Amino acid sequence: MSEITREQVEHLAGLARIALTPDEIERLTGELVQIVDSVAKVSAVATDDVPATSHPIPLENVTRPDVPGETLTAEQALSGAPDHDGSRFRVTAILGEEQ
Amino acid sequence: MTDSLIRSTAAQLGEALAAREVSSVEVTQAHLDRIAAVDGDVHAFLHVDATALATAADVDRRRAAGEPLGPLAGVPIAIKDVLCTVGMPSTSGSKILEGWVPPYDATVVAKLKAAHLVPLGKTNMDEFAMGSSTEYSAYGPTHNPWSLDRIPGGSGGGSAAAVAAFEAPIALGSDTGGSIRQPGAVTGTVGVKPTYGGVSRYGAIALASSLDQIGPVSRTVLDSALVHDVIGGHDPRDSTSLRDEWPSFADAARRGMAGGALQGVRIGVVREIAGGDGFQEGVRTRFTEALELLAAAGAEIVEVSAPSFEHAISAYYLILPAEASSNLAKFDSVRFGLRVVPEGRSTVEDVMAATREAGFGPEVKRRIVLGTYALSAGYYDAYYGSAQKVRTLVQRDFAAAFEKVDVLVSPSAPTTAFPIGEKVDDPLSMYLNDLTTIPANLAGVPGITVPMGLAPEDGLPTGLQFMAPARQDARLYEYGAALEQLLEQRWGHTLISRAPDLTPTEQHAATEGAV
Repeated sequence: MSEITREQVEHLAGLARIALTPDEIERLTGELVQIVDSVAKVSAVATDDVPATSHPIPLENVTRPDVPGETLTAEQALSGAPDHDGSRFRVTAILGEEQ
Repeated sequence: MTDSLIRSTAAQLGEALAAREVSSVEVTQAHLDRIAAVDGDVHAFLHVDATALATAADVDRRRAAGEPLGPLAGVPIAIKDVLCTVGMPSTSGSKILEGWVPPYDATVVAKLKAAHLVPLGKTNMDEFAMGSSTEYSAYGPTHNPWSLDRIPGGSGGGSAAAVAAFEAPIALGSDTGGSIRQPGAVTGTVGVKPTYGGVSRYGAIALASSLDQIGPVSRTVLDSALVHDVIGGHDPRDSTSLRDEWPSFADAARRGMAGGALQGVRIGVVREIAGGDGFQEGVRTRFTEALELLAAAGAEIVEVSAPSFEHAISAYYLILPAEASSNLAKFDSVRFGLRVVPEGRSTVEDVMAATREAGFGPEVKRRIVLGTYALSAGYYDAYYGSAQKVRTLVQRDFAAAFEKVDVLVSPSAPTTAFPIGEKVDDPLSMYLNDLTTIPANLAGVPGITVPMGLAPEDGLPTGLQFMAPARQDARLYEYGAALEQLLEQRWGHTLISRAPDLTPTEQHAATEGAV
């Protein structure tokens, strides 16, 4: 079932926004094949009649009064940022081509 | 004096402080001295709080002024680095958060401060709590105080080692698949994973949100109960927080120590996680002896079967990476933590990818990519969807078992502490360390580990796990304290008192043959 290829791992790393090195991709491909082979048996026991559980103790409609609560000040929110201009986070270009 | 202070339990320290036999400054200084003396070898701490003595002095002033204070006021506590703390870096063991000081306290930390406990510092952990040995910390491994070349368990090896090495009487941990209970087992200490939603997760750096739970770490059952009483309860800032009114867990532990608590209690041994392949002989031996002791005290021991537990690890290693890959998307080089800008003109996405490449360690990358795979179109139903169904089956097994028994038991970990480096390059064999603890996380039920003796073959600690139905955490403390007392009566001492002395002078003296 798990025919994980090098190209696939490269694609997944791209989706996860991690710039893996070629060596890491190589190693990870082998490890993922092993791990997925070992966990794939879940699909054999999970028959159609069993409902899925996403949460151990589900709560519904958890709300609070619609009034402003305690929030961070701009200064607090920016305090751990790698770069900011005093009121906003500063990042490099969002789009590549226009630069 | 100093030695008796660091070897006291939190309950004893709380009483001595209340009686003004000792000050919080003295107690805190004794623990800071101990950290200075042994943490070079143990490496339980990533950060020691420079304001601890000032905090302690403030508690002493309040007490002198006659302010009403709680039972743990003035008692020092270590905090796992997964929890946000104002004034102390909170890295979750990762380079991507190196030096990051959060602008807010986790709710559990705020509760410790409100109850006037004294934070000593932040403890080491596997990066983002992904691991079973603390070897995946970006800041180097923690060493097991029982044998410094062995792992202290994980991910909360720092908190467990800190209490085992008498660097702190109590600590906070987090348990996603056993990260409190397994380190407790291999360091001869106590740890509790509460019912899911029983303790707030607000301000805990999330690994897998449907599995994570914060809980106490200590050397005695009563101490864990006292901490649980402080940190538990509803928090409007955590949408999964239960609104239950909880009983006093310290009272439950004291009931357990009063004698007769085990009379007529139905204890189920879970066949699938009580032995078999991968269980060390000494662990099985001590487990069998503990069951005999429980039976002799009036408990009814029955075997129960939970057939789907066999698939729990597989389900866990799909659900956890899936949730983690989503939770860790927030480390994007924009709002906090590391930023690495690659050479040449780069977009924010290039910066993000370079930052995550540099800031995440190998296990984190492994799990993020695995989780991304499990959630991809075309594989979702086969992997993540199936794992969620296994989760239902595990819950049904628990429900069926708890119709027959009051609590379930198993060894807390299949083996004693293994040598540092032995499994670090073998993810699958590392994952098997959580075999006995994962089912409780999948079902949201509470679990405790209590020391059950040293394995005869290697002289290292083993632990017994109790699991109770959801919301019945009090049973863990009552029966856990009862077993602890029975074992200590049989041994004639506490298990932790057998741990080697770590102070450099005495170690040196020992090698010289002077003691």
